[in-house]
Amino acid sequence: MEGQQEGRAAFRQKSAEIVVAALFFLAGAIVVYDSLRLGAKWAEDGPEAGYFPFIIGLIMCIASAINLVAVFAWARDMGRAFVEVGQLKMVLAVLVPTSIYVGLIGWLGIYVASILFIAFFMRWLGKYAWWKLAAVSIGNSVFFFVIFEVWFKIPLPKGPLEALLRLN
Amino acid sequence: MEEIQSLMHGFAIALSMKNIVLMFAGVILGVIIGVLPGLGGANGVAILLPLTFSMAQLPGGTTSAIILLSCIYWGALFGGAITSILFNIPGEPWSVATTFDGYPLAQKGRAGAALTAAFTSSFVGALVAVILITFLSPVVARFALEFGPPEFFAVYLLTFCAFIGMSKEPPFKTLATMMLGFALAAVGTDPVTGALRLTFGSTHLLTGFDFLIAVIGLFGIGEILLTLEEGLAFKGASAKLNMKVVVETWKELPKYWLTSIRSSVVGCFMGIVPGGATPASFMSYGVARRFSKDGDKFGTGMVEGVVAPETAAHAAGTSALLPMLTLGVPGSPTAAVLLGGLLIWGLQPGPLLFVEQKDFVWGLIASMYLGNIVGLIVVLTCVPLFAAILRVPFSVIAPIIIVICAIGAYTVHNSMFDVWMMVVFGVAGYVFKKLQYPLAPLVLAIVLGDRAEAAFRQAMLASQGDMAIFFSNALVGSLTGLALFLLFWPLLSLALARLRRAFA
Repeated sequence: MEGQQEGRAAFRQKSAEIVVAALFFLAGAIVVYDSLRLGAKWAEDGPEAGYFPFIIGLIMCIASAINLVAVFAWARDMGRAFVEVGQLKMVLAVLVPTSIYVGLIGWLGIYVASILFIAFFMRWLGKYAWWKLAAVSIGNSVFFFVIFEVWFKIPLPKGPLEALLRLN
Repeated sequence: MEEIQSLMHGFAIALSMKNIVLMFAGVILGVIIGVLPGLGGANGVAILLPLTFSMAQLPGGTTSAIILLSCIYWGALFGGAITSILFNIPGEPWSVATTFDGYPLAQKGRAGAALTAAFTSSFVGALVAVILITFLSPVVARFALEFGPPEFFAVYLLTFCAFIGMSKEPPFKTLATMMLGFALAAVGTDPVTGALRLTFGSTHLLTGFDFLIAVIGLFGIGEILLTLEEGLAFKGASAKLNMKVVVETWKELPKYWLTSIRSSVVGCFMGIVPGGATPASFMSYGVARRFSKDGDKFGTGMVEGVVAPETAAHAAGTSALLPMLTLGVPGSPTAAVLLGGLLIWGLQPGPLLFVEQKDFVWGLIASMYLGNIVGLIVVLTCVPLFAAILRVPFSVIAPIIIVICAIGAYTVHNSMFDVWMMVVFGVAGYVFKKLQYPLAPLVLAIVLGDRAEAAFRQAMLASQGDMAIFFSNALVGSLTGLALFLLFWPLLSLALARLRRAFA
């Protein structure tokens, strides 16, 4: 299971380079398109709104086109893994919970969402005892509550629990 | 000596009880930030920036706020060395070169000597840079008072061309990320015409992208993802640092005075020309190896191999503030975040700062001297404490850091959209780092984009669209010329190498 399977390349360097260069080209093209829509020329009273971004977008397209050509023409070592399967699993193991966490903030508020997020992480990757993860995750939220809401008076997103406890 | 007098006045401001407490707090926080993976100088300062909003509104508060933030920066510079030497994990990119000799020293049981050498030479490097700032920045500021829009645009051009010419990354990748930064800076309402640019009907994009979000995502989340790839376990040498080792190492250090001077010069140069601390540390390590009589023993645990990169990294990190203060052009991502802070507090960085905000400028410069002394004391006495932080397992530290990043991203504008953008920037940071797309020019372009565009437009307006204005007098001409020289430096050096080979 370990070894070969985990060490296999999930993406190759070459595909990653191509995708990123293409995305850069696309972004550049969008900038050029929008600048042309706004007007990238010279008006009566000076440069139009798209004048500067147009140049930026153009350079971006040219640079990414050269990067794209470079992948095929003279860059070596393109066959190696950009990310191995095992590595990708680790990265996703953080990225997916993080996205869910950010989604939860809007719903449950940042303090409760953080408790769940930290507890989940410690349980899943660290296999900690329940009391340990409760102590760390709740302690963390209490700490930030005191710092932000009490000390610096900066309100952070709150949810139903804070409403229930009248902490808003 | 007007500068000495101003500096003394600055010390009087910086030496209040409140500011000294802030210095200690900042340095300790900074070292912790520097030690933790995923938190570094740039995003650490970015996350804490919103906390200073209210602080900066009190009288004299902007000085206290900048003292706190700059001390976090000094702390982070010191902290990077701890992880490099004890754990062979560079906590910061500029301490990668410190691992080459620092970690072997620790394995030989000389961790104390390596740490003392690193901290002391960091201090020396920073001190040289602060002295340079003290005497050079008023001169540069006075000189820059004469600058008009074309000159300012030429300075920006010089900054960005220097990135392309000096960076280790492929030049066209540097160019691409830089332009992405400018494009992101252009999103939102055009300040001149009021037209909506690149918003495509989204209300979230009306105010544009905030570079603080980009910094937190790119350097924070991106760095955590990269760290994770290498696995979860940290194995480190034990950290003991007693006075005897410190004194013994201090006796050894004067031997390397020449290396220190050379590294300081390399560092200051790379900091002012926006090369940054990271290339400075590598360059200085390389130079030291070439000139040292024990050059072939480098990499096996030489104290000199720790002195060189640390001196240069700190000299560069500190002197990066010189162009930030005098011209409003930051030399490093962290300097860019500090510049952003100045703007948020309502201060206009640039030559006028030295005329209108004397207390602020000289309070800051004085605090650089004091902050580095505080830093040296803190790190020499508290190393075991900081090393203990790294022994906290990653499965505990990682989610807490992500929570801190999310809070930091939210507090910038009290917006959930920003937190999502942070995640997006995090993924981008991870991919860019792996594909050698440099992040520093991206961040600097987001910060400077609006100002560069304004300068460009005003210059174009004055000349009615004629690019020749960037060569219209000796000053702007030489700035533009230097910028173009740096831009084509990779090609020139390639051609020179070819020529040399052809004649050899």
